[in-house]
Amino acid sequence: MTAEIVLQSVVSGLMFGGVIALVAVGISLIWGVMDVINFAYGEYLMWAMYLTFFLYAGAGLDPLVSVPVNALVLFAAGVLTYRLVIARVMRGPIFAQLLSTFGLFVLLRYAAWLLFRPDDRQAQSLVSNGVVKLGELRVSTGELVAFVGSVLATTALFWFLTWTKTGKALRAVAQDREAALALGIEPDRLYAIAWGISAAAAGVAGSLVSSFMYVNPLVGDVFLLPGFAAVALGGFGNVYGAFAGGLVIGVVNVTGGTLTMPKVKLALVYLVFLAVLFMRPRGLFGGRRQ
Amino acid sequence: MTSVLVVDDVHASYGRFDVLRGISLRVASGELVAVLGPNGAGKSTLLKTIAGFLAPRQGSITLHGEAIGGLRPPALLRKGIAYVMQRSSLFPKMTIQENLELGAYVRETTDEVRTDIERVLALFPRLAERRRQRAEGLSGGERRMLEIGRGLLLRPRLLLLDEPTMGLAPLVMDLIFDKILEVRATGTTVVMVEQNARRALEVSDRAYVLEQGQTRVEGRGEELLRSEAVRRAYLGSGTAGR
Repeated sequence: MTAEIVLQSVVSGLMFGGVIALVAVGISLIWGVMDVINFAYGEYLMWAMYLTFFLYAGAGLDPLVSVPVNALVLFAAGVLTYRLVIARVMRGPIFAQLLSTFGLFVLLRYAAWLLFRPDDRQAQSLVSNGVVKLGELRVSTGELVAFVGSVLATTALFWFLTWTKTGKALRAVAQDREAALALGIEPDRLYAIAWGISAAAAGVAGSLVSSFMYVNPLVGDVFLLPGFAAVALGGFGNVYGAFAGGLVIGVVNVTGGTLTMPKVKLALVYLVFLAVLFMRPRGLFGGRRQ
Repeated sequence: MTSVLVVDDVHASYGRFDVLRGISLRVASGELVAVLGPNGAGKSTLLKTIAGFLAPRQGSITLHGEAIGGLRPPALLRKGIAYVMQRSSLFPKMTIQENLELGAYVRETTDEVRTDIERVLALFPRLAERRRQRAEGLSGGERRMLEIGRGLLLRPRLLLLDEPTMGLAPLVMDLIFDKILEVRATGTTVVMVEQNARRALEVSDRAYVLEQGQTRVEGRGEELLRSEAVRRAYLGSGTAGR
């Protein structure tokens, strides 16, 4: 195997890592703000891909154009999920919260299975079939656009968390719920916003990958495990760390698969996940909330 | 002088455990009132109940004549009650500036808030020097200053302070009491729960001494300091408390 192939796989891994970074930030936001693990996150992404596909098939909308539509629809879905399911189970034991998002995972997956059947479908985009050459390296335009789009979306989210009043309030609730309440910050409202933003991130990711990936009811798995591994790597609940973790996991996934066998790439990701949990149970890059 | 806060025969409990058993107190506009008493007397519970973290089971609480008993903290903040908790309540990963900004969360973000932040930083110059640093790097005294300053960002009609000098060195304690007096001098009404009874009586206009969830003694600070019964029961032999 030549250095060129390895380098090519690293670049491809980074492209995939950009999307995983966005996914990880979405998972980490809920984790950080509420201590809730959303097992259904990959399914939101899968539904976002279906939405992208049907907007393409029904209205001829390019997947890139459907990014804002997806973001809005998924934001609403996230808020609804919080209001109808999560807000209720938050009063129960932690197992109720775990089981509720696991239940959502099963419901969303098999609802898609029932409605859309397990066939692969793909939306076509202007950027679907192009290739960008960087010297000897090649990157598909679809992947490059997904990478750039994910980085832009993550940057926008970080800007929101750092500079806006609501973003600061979200960080405050994540660090000390009672102290935030003493300042008039309503945790319930902020939790709903966090769920909305988190799901919107899945919506953006779903649109961005739709130009080069097939959608089927199982596609969420491609993102969920790497997403969790990136969250662990970045420090649980640390959205900034999750972004860096996503890039690393993307490279482990793709380059690991290239250096060994493609079939074992998810196993490698899982190995990294377990190794991090074994060595640093709070996550590799700290683990304190931001 | 008009009453800002009136607490009348308030009962409150944690589950079945009654902590407040008919407490009454009255705070006039611009006063600094200390609430004293032994551990478990219900001092902090009284502040939590006024601040809306615990609903009174019985009795009434009014602010400027308006019933506020049982309202939740955000609603009470909007009515002008700021509450500084006994425990550290800063957001450690956020900067001093951000912590202060969140003190004005219920206000519209305007130039007025920015001016108020500068005013608070002028009151606490040690915070001004470090406004871009994270709160986690502050000393105990600086943390307390930031928490009090954050409470002021609300422009409160009533500031509730729960043990503002707890765990602080004597010099820092004096500094905090000086700052509380400066805050009072601006016209803010302050109710302060304090373990350091002697110092609290020295700086306060009036004080209430609680015991087992009820008001036992009430009076002007210097009167209570001179009272032999109070000295024996609550200030030790007459020299303790500092």
